[in-house]
Amino acid sequence: MAQAVEKSVVEREVALARQRTTRWSQTLGPWVPWLLIGGFAAWSAVARTDQFVVGVIVGSLYGLAAVGLTLIYGIARVSHFAHGDVMMFAAYLAFFALTGAVVGSQTGDVVFPFHLGQLPGATEPIWRFSFGYGLVLAILIGATLAVPVLLAIDRFVYQPLLRRGSSTAILAVASLGVAISMRGVMLLIWGPTGRRYVGGIRTTVDIPGLPRIVADQFFIMLAAGVLATAAYVVLYRTRLGTAMRAMADNADLARASGIDIAATRRWTWVVGGGLTAAAGCLLALQSQLSPELGFILLLPIFASAILGGIGSPHGAFLGGLIVGVVGEVAVGLGVISPGYKMAVIFVMLIAVILLRPRGLLGAQS
Amino acid sequence: MMTEHAPVLAADRLTSGYGEVPIVRDVSIRVGHDEIVTIIGPNGAGKSTLLKSVFGYLPAWHGRVLVAGDDVTGLTPEKLVRRGLAYVPQTNNVFPRLTIRENLAMGGFTLTNGVKDRIDWVFELFPVLAERPRERAGRLSGGQRQTLALARALMLEPVILLLDEPSASLSPKMVETVFASVIEINRRGTAVLMVEQNARRALAISHRGYVLANGENRLEGSGSELLESDEVRRLYLGE
Amino acid sequence: MTRRGNLLAIVIVALITAFLVGLPLLRTGSISSVVSFLVPSLATMAIFAIVCIGLNVQWGYTGIFNFGVVGFFMVGAYTAAIVTKSPADGQFATYIGGLGDALAAVPLPGAGAWLPFLVAIIAAAALSAALALPLAWPIVRLREDYLAIALIGAAEVLRRIATEERWLVNGSRGLGGIPRPLAGWVNADAYNYVFLLIVVVLLLLVYVLVDRGIRSPWGRVLRAIREDEDATAAAGKDVVAFKLQGFVLGAAIMGAAGALFAFQQGAVSPETFTHFFGTFIFWAMLIAGGSGNMVGTIVGVYVIWGLWSTTLQLQGFDLPAFVEGRIPHLRDTLVGVIIVVVLLVNPRGLVPERARVSRWLDRRVAAMRRSEAAGD
Repeated sequence: MAQAVEKSVVEREVALARQRTTRWSQTLGPWVPWLLIGGFAAWSAVARTDQFVVGVIVGSLYGLAAVGLTLIYGIARVSHFAHGDVMMFAAYLAFFALTGAVVGSQTGDVVFPFHLGQLPGATEPIWRFSFGYGLVLAILIGATLAVPVLLAIDRFVYQPLLRRGSSTAILAVASLGVAISMRGVMLLIWGPTGRRYVGGIRTTVDIPGLPRIVADQFFIMLAAGVLATAAYVVLYRTRLGTAMRAMADNADLARASGIDIAATRRWTWVVGGGLTAAAGCLLALQSQLSPELGFILLLPIFASAILGGIGSPHGAFLGGLIVGVVGEVAVGLGVISPGYKMAVIFVMLIAVILLRPRGLLGAQS
Repeated sequence: MMTEHAPVLAADRLTSGYGEVPIVRDVSIRVGHDEIVTIIGPNGAGKSTLLKSVFGYLPAWHGRVLVAGDDVTGLTPEKLVRRGLAYVPQTNNVFPRLTIRENLAMGGFTLTNGVKDRIDWVFELFPVLAERPRERAGRLSGGQRQTLALARALMLEPVILLLDEPSASLSPKMVETVFASVIEINRRGTAVLMVEQNARRALAISHRGYVLANGENRLEGSGSELLESDEVRRLYLGE
Repeated sequence: MTRRGNLLAIVIVALITAFLVGLPLLRTGSISSVVSFLVPSLATMAIFAIVCIGLNVQWGYTGIFNFGVVGFFMVGAYTAAIVTKSPADGQFATYIGGLGDALAAVPLPGAGAWLPFLVAIIAAAALSAALALPLAWPIVRLREDYLAIALIGAAEVLRRIATEERWLVNGSRGLGGIPRPLAGWVNADAYNYVFLLIVVVLLLLVYVLVDRGIRSPWGRVLRAIREDEDATAAAGKDVVAFKLQGFVLGAAIMGAAGALFAFQQGAVSPETFTHFFGTFIFWAMLIAGGSGNMVGTIVGVYVIWGLWSTTLQLQGFDLPAFVEGRIPHLRDTLVGVIIVVVLLVNPRGLVPERARVSRWLDRRVAAMRRSEAAGD
């Protein structure tokens, strides 16, 4: 009898202890990733400022493209493996608008007579940038022209497949086919050699509160900021944007609310595709234009979207910043070769998939 | 309750289903102005399927759907919303990542103006929602979520509200609240067509009811008639 | 298979054959040079057919879309290289392994001609499988598109490792001088024929083994999973375990094919294994031929690689430089366009799968659909 009582006391103690731990992990659990991220961000901002800033710049571009990816996945229901090639394609369109150059026979470019570079003063460098207002216009044109291409691909490839009731897997394979085709078109028109919008040396600038960065990067930072703000306003402050998020949440209920899902789908390609294309144009300014880059870009972009939580636009942008900063800072430590930046991002992707598959801001299901 | 005009909503010998399997066969129902009508029936009777095909999620294989006498067969849900229908699914009936206010704004998507006034009107009807309008719907409790789902559907002042098992998986107290809301909604001039497992409670507040079995009409009558019918008591009320 | 589908497949195969034989004949005018062009090309096709059978086991039977084929193909090729080569001299080349001499010294009849190669193929398959399992195991139960992006990432990382790590596989210089199986037994002129024979025999072996496997109860479950995962799970099958087995088996087959590729090429380098060459064309072959059956897969390999070789042949003609420089890119574009067009026009490919899934699943699915639909 006494033994039985003792046992029950022990059991109760154990149960209480267990309860305490659960409560502890429940209160703290959700904060652990944020503490880690905040800590890392703070440390790297102070100790590795140079890489941190470059990481933020590259990461904001990953983030913008990831917002596009997450919208297209959530609303258009396509796992879009052509996303990276869309970015590159838009960059080439911008390049073409600026220079009018396509690859000719074997060696040398053929230059079309009408291009932005011909406008008076268009290539005259603004401030310390390596480019003039021509490139700014070209980027706008490149991002804009990519949108009808995406709309056509959706109309003639993805939508017919969806109507037929194809699985997500079939759509993913179809988007791979689109990616390969786009890559081929870029090779056909502009050739396999990497290109830059503008040749020449890049000047660095000193901006108060920032480490010494290339002036062009400052432009990218500003442009990404403008785009992110615009995306935020459209998605969170307009009726259209709310409808897009509603459709991503629950397409059937969106229909029951009278939302025109076909139109919303088209707008998704306009908004998400436009952001992606603009990010691609800017990324090409940061690194270069190359048809081979598109497919490899899928890794950081998907990693950003999954880290942020698929379906969450602001999560995707945050995910992009984290992926960008971690990638830059990790190779900046000098322990591993810069060639392994993608490997670092790969490890992050796997870690997120394993530890928190719904991402940082993903919906709990 | 007989109406001089055409009923707000009628299904006329409707057949529908998934793939190649008909779930609903030759079912006819009608809902008059200001009525609450309940469809009861055993599991698998095709009640929810009937609601989904009336609301255009599923195509009608045969038969017609009429709204105020107009043939609306084959119209999509987004079109039917503009005809004064509103539908609350049993599950997934809110936008979880949107705030309460955004959910309501989406409910009023087709309104060109006056969304804000309408949201205030809904907040007055459901004060619990007005407490935290910026809370995400995914964080609400089951009862609050159901309330929000009803509120979202009311944003367009529908002529008729279709409810799929509004009391499912709610606590008894919340069931009372939800049914009270249904009565209140009806009192303010919206007809209600609902599908319910909780047959006794639903019939008690209904003007009329239909019993569906095996996807076909079995019985129909006023709420109290059905409650007192031997067959209904034996089969669906477990007496 | 419908008669019309049959006819189309025959017409396309005939066209490709006409190009494959006709173009070199037109260019050189001699039958013997046509044969000397065709024999290595056929060997390549046989190797690629093995890769595609592996991919077909993964996609056609488990629904996992592996966009990182190049990773497994490359690991197989590099494994074969470091198993069969002599130890590294440390001066011009550094790499691990180099077991060729040790294996040749094993006291078995004629060991040097075959043993290192047999070991290499087995090691390539094993390493490929060993890589596939930890990658897929945690992810496959989540979502297939997550696995696909993880596999792209893994392939990219493997390519980077091959480029960066000089000590491991000689970095970007790659590994040359890979010995060839049975090379000591035949004279150099006839070797291409012998190699073709070896790869065709291995292709048949893989074909028969996989065919047996797919017809076994194990394979029936795999096909059932593809048709309806939920119903199969409801029938009490551990879907995740079966999918993993299919995925790992597919990866092992790709690894083995990589080994054969290394023997054929005689050299491997990170440049060879691009995403395009190592992943995209295999997908085009699989989709063009019709996934889910191996005859279709082999027809797909023949058609796509036939087109590929044909475009190579075109470069031998006197074409305007503007066109000639673009032929490879046109070919690349075509690979993508074929995937999209086949999915849109005839998703079942040139040779659609004949058999429906087992009848027990049909019944289960029908029953489940009914109860699900009526579950209101």
